[in-house]
Amino acid sequence: MRHFEMDKLKAQGGSVGQSKYHDSAIKQVCGSANYADDNPEPHGCLHAYPVLAPVASGFIKSVDTSKALALAGVKRIFSTADVPGKLDIGPVFPGDVLLTSDEIQYHGQPVLVVVASTYEIARRAARLVIIECEQTTPILDIKDAIEKQNWVRPPHSLNRGNSQQAINSAHHQLKGEISIGGQEHFYLEGQIALAQPDQDGGIHVQCSTQHPTEVQHLVAKILKKPFNFVTVETRRMGGAFGGKETQGAPWACLAALAVYYLGCPVKMRLARSDDFKLTGKRHPFNNHYHVGFDENGLIEGADITVNGYCGYSPDLSDAIVDRAMFHADNAYYYPAAKIQGNRCKVNTVSHTAFRGFGGPQGMIMGELIMDDIAAKLGKDPLEIRKLNLYRPGRDITPYHQKVEQHILKDMIEQLEQSGDYWARKSAIKTFNASSPIIKKGLSMTPVKYGISFTVQHLNQAGALVHVYSDGSIHLNHGGTEMGQGLNTKIAQIVAHGFGVDFDTVGISATRTDKVPNTSPTAASSGTDLNGMAALNAVNTIKERLIDFITGHFEVPSESIEFKNNLITFSKGEISFSELANLAYMNRISLSSTGYYATPKIHYDRAKGEGRPFFYYAHGVALSEVEVDTLTGENTVTRVDILHDVGSSINPALDIGQIEGAFIQGMGWLTTEDLQWNDKGELASFGPANYKIPAIGDTPAEFNVNLYNSANPETTVFRSKAVGEPPFMLGFSVWSAIRNAISSVADYKYTAPLDTPATPERVLNAITHTQQWLAQHKEHSND
Amino acid sequence: MIQFLLNDTPIEVQECSPSFTILDWLRTKKGKVGTKEGCATGDCGACTILVGEEKINKDGHAHWHYKAMNSCLLLLGNAHGKHIMTVEGVTPALYPTLNDLHPVQRALVECHGSQCGFCTPGIIMSLLALYINNATYPGKKAVIHALGGNLCRCTGYSPILLAAEKAYSFDRTNEPYSQLATQFKASLKASAVDDVPFLKNGPRTFFLPQSAKQLVDLKALYPHAHLVAGGTDFAIELSQNLLLPDIIISLSQAKELTQMSDNNGMLHIGAAVPYSQFVDTFYAYYPESKELFERLGSSQVRNSGTLGGSLGNASPIGDPAPLLIALNASMELLSAHGVRTIKVADYFVDYKKTVLKNDEVISTIIIPKRAKSLKLACHKISKRFEDDISTVCLVLAIEHSQNIITAARCAMGGMAAIPKSATHIEQQLISQPLNVSSFIDAATAIEHDFAPMSDVRASATYRITVSKNLLQRIGIEFCHKNTDLNSNLNKNNNIAITRISHASL
Repeated sequence: MRHFEMDKLKAQGGSVGQSKYHDSAIKQVCGSANYADDNPEPHGCLHAYPVLAPVASGFIKSVDTSKALALAGVKRIFSTADVPGKLDIGPVFPGDVLLTSDEIQYHGQPVLVVVASTYEIARRAARLVIIECEQTTPILDIKDAIEKQNWVRPPHSLNRGNSQQAINSAHHQLKGEISIGGQEHFYLEGQIALAQPDQDGGIHVQCSTQHPTEVQHLVAKILKKPFNFVTVETRRMGGAFGGKETQGAPWACLAALAVYYLGCPVKMRLARSDDFKLTGKRHPFNNHYHVGFDENGLIEGADITVNGYCGYSPDLSDAIVDRAMFHADNAYYYPAAKIQGNRCKVNTVSHTAFRGFGGPQGMIMGELIMDDIAAKLGKDPLEIRKLNLYRPGRDITPYHQKVEQHILKDMIEQLEQSGDYWARKSAIKTFNASSPIIKKGLSMTPVKYGISFTVQHLNQAGALVHVYSDGSIHLNHGGTEMGQGLNTKIAQIVAHGFGVDFDTVGISATRTDKVPNTSPTAASSGTDLNGMAALNAVNTIKERLIDFITGHFEVPSESIEFKNNLITFSKGEISFSELANLAYMNRISLSSTGYYATPKIHYDRAKGEGRPFFYYAHGVALSEVEVDTLTGENTVTRVDILHDVGSSINPALDIGQIEGAFIQGMGWLTTEDLQWNDKGELASFGPANYKIPAIGDTPAEFNVNLYNSANPETTVFRSKAVGEPPFMLGFSVWSAIRNAISSVADYKYTAPLDTPATPERVLNAITHTQQWLAQHKEHSND
Repeated sequence: MIQFLLNDTPIEVQECSPSFTILDWLRTKKGKVGTKEGCATGDCGACTILVGEEKINKDGHAHWHYKAMNSCLLLLGNAHGKHIMTVEGVTPALYPTLNDLHPVQRALVECHGSQCGFCTPGIIMSLLALYINNATYPGKKAVIHALGGNLCRCTGYSPILLAAEKAYSFDRTNEPYSQLATQFKASLKASAVDDVPFLKNGPRTFFLPQSAKQLVDLKALYPHAHLVAGGTDFAIELSQNLLLPDIIISLSQAKELTQMSDNNGMLHIGAAVPYSQFVDTFYAYYPESKELFERLGSSQVRNSGTLGGSLGNASPIGDPAPLLIALNASMELLSAHGVRTIKVADYFVDYKKTVLKNDEVISTIIIPKRAKSLKLACHKISKRFEDDISTVCLVLAIEHSQNIITAARCAMGGMAAIPKSATHIEQQLISQPLNVSSFIDAATAIEHDFAPMSDVRASATYRITVSKNLLQRIGIEFCHKNTDLNSNLNKNNNIAITRISHASL
């Protein structure tokens, strides 16, 4: 089995640090883990389906629903006129509309919602509605949007020092540009919500969302009701990855709207192709850089612009482009920097959160610059990367946060050795020199990723812990389970806190009526926030129990220890279940909420200064690829990863996150090719023409290890967030492909390579490199 | 009426929408929600089930053979006589502990192979098919081929690959399913009263003729009926375009269409024989075709899809057609009036238009005996290696004598509205010496043969460039491999390394 080095916590004997199985694993392999579409449908349940706008930009002239209404089984069709409350469901800024009745801003925008007796009839009826429009010319090209200054939110920049002066006075200057593709989340479970009237006149919604509280708020707002009118429940999601942070809400709102009028349960589920068309994706970006550096490749100044392709509305784009800006340095120190971020408005679906939240689209700039400098100076890219790492004294980011933990140098050195970097590099050069068709490439790239929501108020969480009088424990918290094992980790934390077995802790669905005012399970923060809140609840109950034991058994509190299902103290011991009963009989409260707010963080956005991140998570990946110079086909043959999760709460789950994130990052950068046609229709609208990695794409050799180091900050059991940071380890694949292509010109030139690096783009880069080589040879013959 | 066995329960259905898939039926009519809908287009594998079928060995013994299929592509009516296994049937225990689980389930839990768990039932069923059909661990490549059609967005697959092997570390579970199936089959024979099994919903009907005669008679009666074999294309019309056909006639159990014969190297393959059933015979004569068939759809699709279905659907991007054209294959078209035989090369007329008449069905595909000097090359270019549609599919067959190319047949998919011969390239190759430059020279004729489109898969320019380069690759592989490499060329020259080492290749 897989080998985990980090078992310090496990050695302490508690649940934390152990590789517990995912709490639902047995149910999942038996098909008995129910998702929102799997619970038995309540009696009389109806089905809703949206009617979609037929153009990308324009105005609705007329709507004819007669054919749809004539279809047997169709109950009713709702429009904007039926929404009693707010039509705008923008999560932060206005602009995202539930339904439209006049302006159409993207192809497929929901106009109406059909309610019918079955899913099939609702879908069929939705296609029978005829919408006539006055078409206007859509803006689809990001450069067009930039030129017209068509923004969803105002531009913003980070400044430190005088970057232009630093660049101009440097020995070398380089400029570059890259287009970065978006990414469809492709959660296996599509968007779904089931809303029904509850016993007390309110509405109960079961849906697949990372943010039950926001769904609660939006449903209440569109119905013009108080928040307590709505209860939202999420047991588990079939994947989310950011795609159910804001994007789960419209379907819940539309189902609730139908419930409000019809008084019966209504389910809304999007077919996969419509899920592709109607939900936001990872933002495509178009970025450029200008850097100055010395003879060794040490950067002196950097001027970077990131342009996010936001779609038609703000959604979360302001914060997403901010995070791209915060990560345009990745792990590298820019002594002087200007980072500009534009939020471009185009006529597509509104792009949204996706694992990394803009971070990857910014971070790629650091890696692009490193590779380009290396080619320019004829040096190995790893040397340039190591040279430019943040280190003591060179530790202030462009947003003026001081980098305090410097472990990447050691991580790179460890991987350099365990991955045999230099010997393989040399063997690859030898191979490439004698192999005209297949070229190999190798690259090591680091990740430094800031942990905390950059919107400060979201950095809080609540939990609810009950100890029943038999000692069994019920756990609830504000986080949602989307496969990452959050419930498992938090149950481990609770079990560890009480010193009881893991299976003493029962896990239940996330509900807005149990823990209120929650933040989305996003920004990798699930365990950091909710784990700490749950631990605080545990500690409150423990303090009561310790007080009780101290008085009841007349023992000093310092002697009391919770371990192995026992509570030991100076005069004896008692089992946890006996203690629970005894405490109950003595009228001690065994239930508590817990609350947590992240300390230390502050940020002044107007100045672009502060400490937006509580800490950074780190990782390093070394990837080897093969590229076919005749076709551009490419494959990853070996990957070595060393990743920093602090002290791991569950090494198996953490490694699962690292492996999965890496492959998802690799997919984003290689095969996952989102395309819109010139009418603004999504051309890659399903898994037949949008290709996420398949099982054979898993690198033949895939070594993943956890770096042995505790989080210096006071996080829950000194662990670190893990959901997003390893996604960006995928850059090693893209960089290795560039390295392989560069061998065509004996590493003297590195062609631009936009992402995703499909066979076509790779072949184009090879052609480009061959042309460079031909010109270069001509010149050298002169 | 149709009858089948669902896990341990015999099922009889008569009144049901003829366009219902097994997935729809399981989830909406039976409350069997363990089988998930991920895409309803056969691309993700979340809805994978096992379909058991009685097979008669050469020695006359009957046994049950289980294959993984996408339940979103399998029409309910096509389940007649089969044993449908869903994830709920894998472990009998109601509230199983780790020890109660089937080895594939236990291995997946112990390897941490499920995260969100939505793909997991499908993964379990594909692993179960692999486990049932291989008494010992068949190796990583077999696992990759078995699970290439099961997408997982969470794990990155490493733990799933580990679990496939680990399942074999537990005591082997002899599956109890065949016994149930045998009992069911016995009951089925006794109660079979319908001539043609059918499903009915008002005037809408699904017919499952059991013989070619029944089939052509029905087609004559309902000339506008939709024909379906494995359903791998047709079911997508139902789920995506919401096609609502009145009459569906399934070819999948018409006996003559489900048979194949090998007449001294000349192959007759019934139009309704699934790929997985004939490919081994095909590989015996044309091992080069693995490149196409192993990458055609997924294991689930290869277990359902047929040559007749692919040709009947007449897609410009179906991979079998270029191969069949290059091999100079023929096809038999059957109607109530008799049979006519045409070349596959003459079958396609225009985009999705063929010479097939309303009362005809494709019954058999005939592959000629391999010419002694035949060299065959099959190339597929796609964004992803597994389960992807070809950007370009290129098949070239040449014959040669005394180092001169004497015959050439080249056909391509993804380059025009139909799968089409590259006649200019063929002409350029004939009479040329068998060396790399002949192929590079011939490639320059590609623009005379094709003016491809730009679409979501690639630009026209890439299609042209990569086709030329593939001809160069073919030239190198035909001329350098095994011969020149050992003798003439420098040992350190890797010219003959022409393929990347992707795990699925």
